[in-house]
Amino acid sequence: MIRAIRACKTAAEERGVVRKECAAIRAAINENDNDYRHRNLAKLMFIHMLGYPTHFGQMECLKLIASSEFPEKRIGYLGLMLLLDERQEVLMLVTNSLKQDLNHSNQYIVGLALCALGNICSAEMARDLAPEVERLLQFRDPNTRKKAALCAIRIIRKVPDLAENFINPAAALLKEKHHGVLITGVQLCTDLCKASADALEYFREKCTEGLVKTLKDVANSPYAPEYDIAGITDPFLHIRLLKLLRVLGQGDADASDLMNDILAQVATKTESNKNAGNAILYECVETIMSIEDNGGLRVLAINILGRFLSNRDNNIRYVALNMLMKAITVDAQAVQRHRATILECVKDSDASIRKRALELVYLLINESNVKPLTKELIDYLEVSDQEFKGDLTAKICSLIAKFSPEKIWYIDQMLKVLSEAGNFVKDEVWHALIVVISNASDLHGYTVRALYRALQTSVEQESLVRVAVWCIGEYGDMLVKNVGMLDIEDPITVTESDAVDIIELAIKRHTSDLTTKAMSLIALLKLSSRFPSCSERIQDIIVQNRGNLVLELQQRSIEFNSIIQKHQNIRSALVERMPVLDEATFIGRRAGSMPATVSTSSGASLNLPNGVAKPSAAPLVDLLDLSLDDAPAPSSSGGDFLQDLLGVDLSPASNQSGTNQASKTGTDVLLDLLSIETPPVQSSSSPPDVLSSIQHNKSPVASLEELALPSSLSGQATTPVAAAPMMDLLDGFVSNPPKPENNGSVYPSVVAFESGALRITFDFSKPPGNPQTTSIQATFTNLSPSVYSDFIFQAAVPKFLQLHLDPASSNTLPATGNGSITQNLRVTNSQHGKIPSK
Amino acid sequence: MIHFVILNNRQGKVRLTKWYSTYSQKERSKVIRELTGIILSRGPKLCNFVEWRGLKVVYKRYAGLYFSMCIDQDDNELETLDIIHHYVEMLDRYFLNVCELDLIYNFHKAYYILDELLLAGELQESSRRTIARLVAAQDSLVETAREQASLLGDLVKQAM
Repeated sequence: MIRAIRACKTAAEERGVVRKECAAIRAAINENDNDYRHRNLAKLMFIHMLGYPTHFGQMECLKLIASSEFPEKRIGYLGLMLLLDERQEVLMLVTNSLKQDLNHSNQYIVGLALCALGNICSAEMARDLAPEVERLLQFRDPNTRKKAALCAIRIIRKVPDLAENFINPAAALLKEKHHGVLITGVQLCTDLCKASADALEYFREKCTEGLVKTLKDVANSPYAPEYDIAGITDPFLHIRLLKLLRVLGQGDADASDLMNDILAQVATKTESNKNAGNAILYECVETIMSIEDNGGLRVLAINILGRFLSNRDNNIRYVALNMLMKAITVDAQAVQRHRATILECVKDSDASIRKRALELVYLLINESNVKPLTKELIDYLEVSDQEFKGDLTAKICSLIAKFSPEKIWYIDQMLKVLSEAGNFVKDEVWHALIVVISNASDLHGYTVRALYRALQTSVEQESLVRVAVWCIGEYGDMLVKNVGMLDIEDPITVTESDAVDIIELAIKRHTSDLTTKAMSLIALLKLSSRFPSCSERIQDIIVQNRGNLVLELQQRSIEFNSIIQKHQNIRSALVERMPVLDEATFIGRRAGSMPATVSTSSGASLNLPNGVAKPSAAPLVDLLDLSLDDAPAPSSSGGDFLQDLLGVDLSPASNQSGTNQASKTGTDVLLDLLSIETPPVQSSSSPPDVLSSIQHNKSPVASLEELALPSSLSGQATTPVAAAPMMDLLDGFVSNPPKPENNGSVYPSVVAFESGALRITFDFSKPPGNPQTTSIQATFTNLSPSVYSDFIFQAAVPKFLQLHLDPASSNTLPATGNGSITQNLRVTNSQHGKIPSK
Repeated sequence: MIHFVILNNRQGKVRLTKWYSTYSQKERSKVIRELTGIILSRGPKLCNFVEWRGLKVVYKRYAGLYFSMCIDQDDNELETLDIIHHYVEMLDRYFLNVCELDLIYNFHKAYYILDELLLAGELQESSRRTIARLVAAQDSLVETAREQASLLGDLVKQAM
């Protein structure tokens, strides 16, 4: 039959032949034909190997196994192991046959049964037949014993509870002379130690010496042709023994002592020109690394590894790299010595070796060697192939981020990486770069010039373009006027129109994606204010995108256009330099911590002029707004701007479409007032914690900058922010003189905030019978000539207060005090009487 | 432990598979497809170890056949190479200069030899002589049984 199948030329033909055969076999099964059953099964197995379904043959296997003839049993068991797997229920039916066969007088039949059991038994079968296997561990025939030992391994793996039963017989096996039994016995002991701590203790005490002696015997034994492989007697036994010794010696100083001699002997005497020898050395090194410390041995081990590393055979080098990774935890110094070789391996032609070497280099880097190593890696980045580039880039970036000694080096390296492999760089990485750039204020000029140069050469790297566009937008004037030149730079002359050129290029390139184009638009807006001479031209460019199919771009271009045209006066204020983004927060945020805090130093406000009610002001803040939300531009705002800037959490916060709003400063004061429960406390001393987050109006007050405005997401009541800064602010706060609070039951209404654009008034009351709760009615009045739409007020409170916001009476605030919106808040102080709600 | 053994030829046809840990039929074919793809595409000078799904696969090429064994992370790869070689030498000894055809037409015998070498994913016997003896003994049992059966058959026919 096999010949027939092989003679088929096409797959269809083959399928036909197979189908015929299957039909014949099925017919034979139905007829219960005894003679040819085993041949049919053999055919079935072949067909199975070709990949065809053969379920109908499973019962046949059982019948064959049940027969009393050896050949049939043999084929039956083979079929069983091939066609069935552990999870099938049919397997249970075999249990009985197995039991009988395990008690058979013919050792080969016993062997067959053990084999089948060892390969595919399930947990229940294991439990049933474990006693039999245990008995067989002491059978007279060594072959059966060794099979029983391996079978026991499987049983222990399936049912770890049974491990105890096997401890004693296993120990007995260790004293065998027959290599086969010894190997399997050792393996059984190793598995027992892994499965049960008791076993580990037992073996450690009783058997360590015996094992050491056995290993000595094997290592010193004369030439035995039966077991010889490549000049070493039974390397498999060597390796198994070493493994067991490793398990026994790990964590235990006494056992380790016993092993030291033999390990040294094996490590030095074994020849390493053949694979078998190397395998033994590898195992030996691994054992040395895992057991308790012995300086001399460790040195020996690392030397061996060093030798491996310079071996020409790829396998050996791979194995050595693997080992070195584990060795680093133990002895980093020694591994450093081999740094050069490892670096070579990063450039190897073999992908597995490259990967290993890269991981190892990553572990090796510390502050002292970061510069040269990074240089090497970046050099290699240029020549590496595509699949590897992704990995390599990610590693390099994290290295640079972790170990950079100074900012300028960081920026340099990142620029290089971006120019080479910008497309592989993840978003967080270039966000981080921008944060760093903005923090390194003295390097702004240098950075923007370097970016400009880089952009000339490698304009296809997306991330590079984005970072460059942002920087040019921010620091364009520095670029043109060559501000802040460092000594190492060559002077370059860039005119304003050059700068605009390059951004235009970024927009027009068809390969730029949405984010880049959006960022370019903003950069152009910034430039239009910084370079008034190019204003016309910039306006033209922006206008071209008015009809863009993508909503985001269209919206931005229309809004920016209108800013340029109609709001010349505020434009410069709108696009003033962004305040420094705080790194600590950013890193913390990136690490997944609560996104709500904005640290105090990062001024929450932009120095934007007062009273700008125009919703379009908001997108400015939205400089890095990568969330590309569909909410109208005003979505971002002062309070959130950091978030937007980094765009890291594309959180719904940015979707809050309120336009301005009150800067919380006002409410800070207000909250003072809420410390109504407590005896008179000077308002200024109790820093108000409740802040309305968000949409922060462009208050002119400089002190606002110091306000830490936690941006609470969607009105969650959380403000982990330290209250302390508030206190200072209050003092410095100009427009809202703190009002002394009343102790009495009359709570005056407070003007929480007033500016040219908006007034917020809070009226307090306490619902009767519930002293813990304070009810505040907030009234918002629009004092500016334009209408605020989508006005949303949000508030945040410290943890011991609970806040409940009722929906506002309306969302639109008509102009010039014509009407007002009211909104109710309820604050509950759960620690009433203990902590004032400040 | 060794999780599975796969033999395939350069065209991707599977000649022998043996599974020591649990994989369903579907999983098995998926694994085979994946691994054959990976291994066949590796160049000749590359090292014989591949990382795959958190496990290591050690493979060696003998003429037109690839022998692959999948082992745990903490197993010794060099030793596995030796185990593969052990098996190939056994096959060679048994079939007297084994070639792929031998394995195709006598796959059941290849399995018997493998069963004497590995059990439950671990090495069973390191002596080639012993393994050869065992397999030979079992073969002779089969022979005797068959002879007896045919003798009986003759007797019956004669009697009739």
